[in-house]
Amino acid sequence: MPVLEAFRLALLTIRAQKLKSGFSLIGVFIGVASLIGAWSIVNGVNRYMTVKFAQTLYGVNTFQLRRRPMFAANVPDSVWRAWRRRPRIKFGDAEAVTAAISGPVVTAWASDENVSVFYGNKEARDIQLTAASERYFDIKNLRIAAGRAFTAQENRSGVPVAVLGEAVAKRLFSDRNPLNHSVRIGGIGYRVIGVVEHQGSLLDFPLDRFVVVPAQSPAQSLVNPPGVLDALLVKAPSEEAMRDAIQEAEGVMRGRRHLRPTQDNNFVLETSEGVQRFWAGINRILMVVLPGVVIVSLVIGGVVIMNIMLMSVTERTREIGLRKSLGARRRDVLRQFLAESAAIASVGAGFGILAGVGLTVLINAVSPLPAKLSPASVVLGVLMGTGVGVVAGVYPASRAARLDPIAALRQE
Amino acid sequence: MTLPAPQPFRTGDAPLPEIIILTHKLTREYDMGGEVVRALQGVSLQIKHNEYVAVMGPSGSGKSTLMNLIGCLDTPTSGEYWLNSQQVSELDDDALARIRNKEIGFVFQTFNLLPRATALHNVELPLIYAGLGARERRDRAAQALERVGLGDRMAHRPNELSGGQRQRVAIARALVNRPSILLADEPTGNLDSTTSGEIMGVFRTLHGEGQTIVMVTHEHDIAAHAARVVTLRDGVIATDQRRAA
Repeated sequence: MPVLEAFRLALLTIRAQKLKSGFSLIGVFIGVASLIGAWSIVNGVNRYMTVKFAQTLYGVNTFQLRRRPMFAANVPDSVWRAWRRRPRIKFGDAEAVTAAISGPVVTAWASDENVSVFYGNKEARDIQLTAASERYFDIKNLRIAAGRAFTAQENRSGVPVAVLGEAVAKRLFSDRNPLNHSVRIGGIGYRVIGVVEHQGSLLDFPLDRFVVVPAQSPAQSLVNPPGVLDALLVKAPSEEAMRDAIQEAEGVMRGRRHLRPTQDNNFVLETSEGVQRFWAGINRILMVVLPGVVIVSLVIGGVVIMNIMLMSVTERTREIGLRKSLGARRRDVLRQFLAESAAIASVGAGFGILAGVGLTVLINAVSPLPAKLSPASVVLGVLMGTGVGVVAGVYPASRAARLDPIAALRQE
Repeated sequence: MTLPAPQPFRTGDAPLPEIIILTHKLTREYDMGGEVVRALQGVSLQIKHNEYVAVMGPSGSGKSTLMNLIGCLDTPTSGEYWLNSQQVSELDDDALARIRNKEIGFVFQTFNLLPRATALHNVELPLIYAGLGARERRDRAAQALERVGLGDRMAHRPNELSGGQRQRVAIARALVNRPSILLADEPTGNLDSTTSGEIMGVFRTLHGEGQTIVMVTHEHDIAAHAARVVTLRDGVIATDQRRAA
């Protein structure tokens, strides 16, 4: 009997015994659904953390030279106080580090302050003002939606121009074109030359409430004392290049700060790793728990299928005897029952995939967790589901195949 | 009337082509928990093409055992069995399955139809194992059903058919692969006398069309339909009688 014929027969049998087949595929169904659902969450959060979180706040292969870490949890007061006593990063530091890095990197200055931005009698409060150099947009991956970013020339000469975040442009200009209008920050007018593309939000934190102005524009006096910046951003073409650049930067900074070998750095070279390391920890736990849950439900699914198939073989002893008397070889009977258990499991896996996809959509809709369907989990779900069916079917099917036709036919 | 003396057969000879079934000193022993039961003790039998033979005997006479051996469901302990010029007594499992599929059409007392399948699908079963394509299967199964007068019942399931109709589906299934022999085991055992007569009518027609039929029965009036009656007793042939046509 050809394989296709065996599967057709198997589906017929399953259709004829809906309830029994329904019970037998529940285990595989739950296994595959939970596999896909859980995987979607991990995958979604993973993407969120690496792509959005790390890249938005840091940029890929980017590090920042700062006085103290930007992200730090559970810091004792004493450490915090020590950080506050550290010297600030000076223009001279940033220039020296930039000059010392041998690899092809992109650098930008950045200093932040919360300000209000005015246009006419309209005010946008609680806006993040960033005094930055021109490559800031590249490093932060901020694309200009309208107008342009400022140039190196404009940055150096401190021209009062501004690039607005989308939310700021909306707030101050509603639907009008903000380009070439003048907004006031700290009492000084800045000509709007560009608006940045919509950035969305990170968890619940809006990413469009900002204004970027040249680092050496008058805004410098709002964000920092003269000659001081918050961070030097350095973006390298690869992770390895980034590591090299960090080493070089560290050497230069230690030299400039006259640190002896026994002294710790009084500055940080921070990467997005810290954030990612935190996530990787959670991920590791999930990656241990998740396969456990899936394996348990698949094993249960397999045992259920094996049981039902054994029952089925006993119930259909006469049918097997008949089929053998009509010319079915052992392998025909074996194939029939294997196909049946594989088909049951595949149908279960199929429903499990639907449920898993549904679960993913549901999680996205009703919970703050970002879930993203992983094609690999679907493929794995099908393979594991069907595999369980075949494995669980081997023993019952071989029992069926070995039945003696005479005894089987005699059975009432 | 007794038969003319059977052709002498020596071990190792091949039978003449017109001999469909030839058994030579066929024995079958069962080991029943240390005790050896000798169900057949040397049965030598020759059945020619287009013979209609009834095998009779009391229970325990070995007629079921002989039936299983002839039907290639079982293999003999010793002796030879030639079916259609092929020695089948030493074939392996798969080869026997093939012989059952091609050479033998079984008709059982309890019909043994698949309850959930239609008449047509039931008749198609042997053709599935013969490896035929779906279209040819359907055509040949339909032909076989028409041959037994059930052309209008193809889509019916067994529980929608009468006992006689079920047995006719089973006969169609037995014939669908054009077997060398039709092997019927108490074919009327579960039928009333009217329906039994109907089935015997079908057998008579098939015999008239050239079909070789071997039928096991314990009813004399059923055996009377056959042209030759072989009686077994205690694992050997007691009588072998041919009726004048």
